[in-house]
Amino acid sequence: MGRFPDFRTVLLSLLIGATAIPGTALASSAKDNYRTYCAQCHGLQGNGRGVNIRDMSVQPRNHTDAQYMSTRSDQDLFTADQKGGLAIDKSVLMPPWGDTLTSAEIRDMVQYLRTLCRCKNSAQ
Amino acid sequence: MKRLVIVLSGFVLSALLSGPIENARAGQKGMELLMSRCASCHNLHGPAPTTLAALWARKGPDMFYAGSKYRKKWLVSWLEHPVRIRPAGMFYADHVVPGPEGDVIDPSTLKPHMALSPADARLAAEALMSLRGHDDLIAKETVPPGSISKSMGALVFDKFLGCIACHRIEPDYGGLSGPELYTAGDRLRPRFMASYIRSPQAWDPKIWMPNKHVSDSRIVQLVHYLQALSKGGSHG
Repeated sequence: MGRFPDFRTVLLSLLIGATAIPGTALASSAKDNYRTYCAQCHGLQGNGRGVNIRDMSVQPRNHTDAQYMSTRSDQDLFTADQKGGLAIDKSVLMPPWGDTLTSAEIRDMVQYLRTLCRCKNSAQ
Repeated sequence: MKRLVIVLSGFVLSALLSGPIENARAGQKGMELLMSRCASCHNLHGPAPTTLAALWARKGPDMFYAGSKYRKKWLVSWLEHPVRIRPAGMFYADHVVPGPEGDVIDPSTLKPHMALSPADARLAAEALMSLRGHDDLIAKETVPPGSISKSMGALVFDKFLGCIACHRIEPDYGGLSGPELYTAGDRLRPRFMASYIRSPQAWDPKIWMPNKHVSDSRIVQLVHYLQALSKGGSHG
């Protein structure tokens, strides 16, 4: 027949897919949200050097800076993302994204930030 | 005598109808113009993108509520002599590349908007003004006549609300990922500006402009400031 793939081939493909890219759907969604909403200031590479920064009085955070990022808790990152910089005594230039992203998307974003800095909160 | 009455009646009837008929013909021509020359880049029917994929694929601003958004005089002028409003293009991330000092716009990826003849610009603007949307949102807004000094306006815009991060308020000052705002007062209707500031997501659910929960009084200040920035801005 040869029309349908063999059951073992399908199972193997599923297993390879599941093990090779764990959490891909979650990560790509946060990555896409980062590219859309965060990169304009924090940069396409997350280095704090976005296209908007030249005339900003406070420069955006470098999300690849593990030393700084490890001082912030996941809750701080969540709050800043959802409610803006003022909510954690930071700059008004960091806006609130709570009307744009869902709580689940912001939680995913916090995890994505941890992949950018390759760090965890040192207190956690 | 009877024939004269018939001829005169026909003449009068024709004169009475010629205005509306001419207008209808012009309207139809304008819509045909939009469909043939604008629809490939602009959404004329709605709705606005509700996914990032659709947002990224958008080539030009949505026009299905153009009549609620733009001022006709500006539309006619701009369509004849288009100049870039979004310094980094429709979706900034598609036109920005990493550089040694940070991300920069790659001008080679930006395409100029076509210019229309004066006659076509009038037809297109007329047709665009007939496209209305979100009247419910517009109806909620009131922008009383008033003014604000540019220094106070800049304080609100920049220091209090941080809008400067993404928008230019002078040709070479401000952020680049949003449309420039030094011509917004000429370009946009005041109540649209107020409504969009109040909730960008109500107009464009996935847009990268955040809802900063700006108070009513600050919204009015911002609209007055944008009007002050572009000297031609007027209330209405």
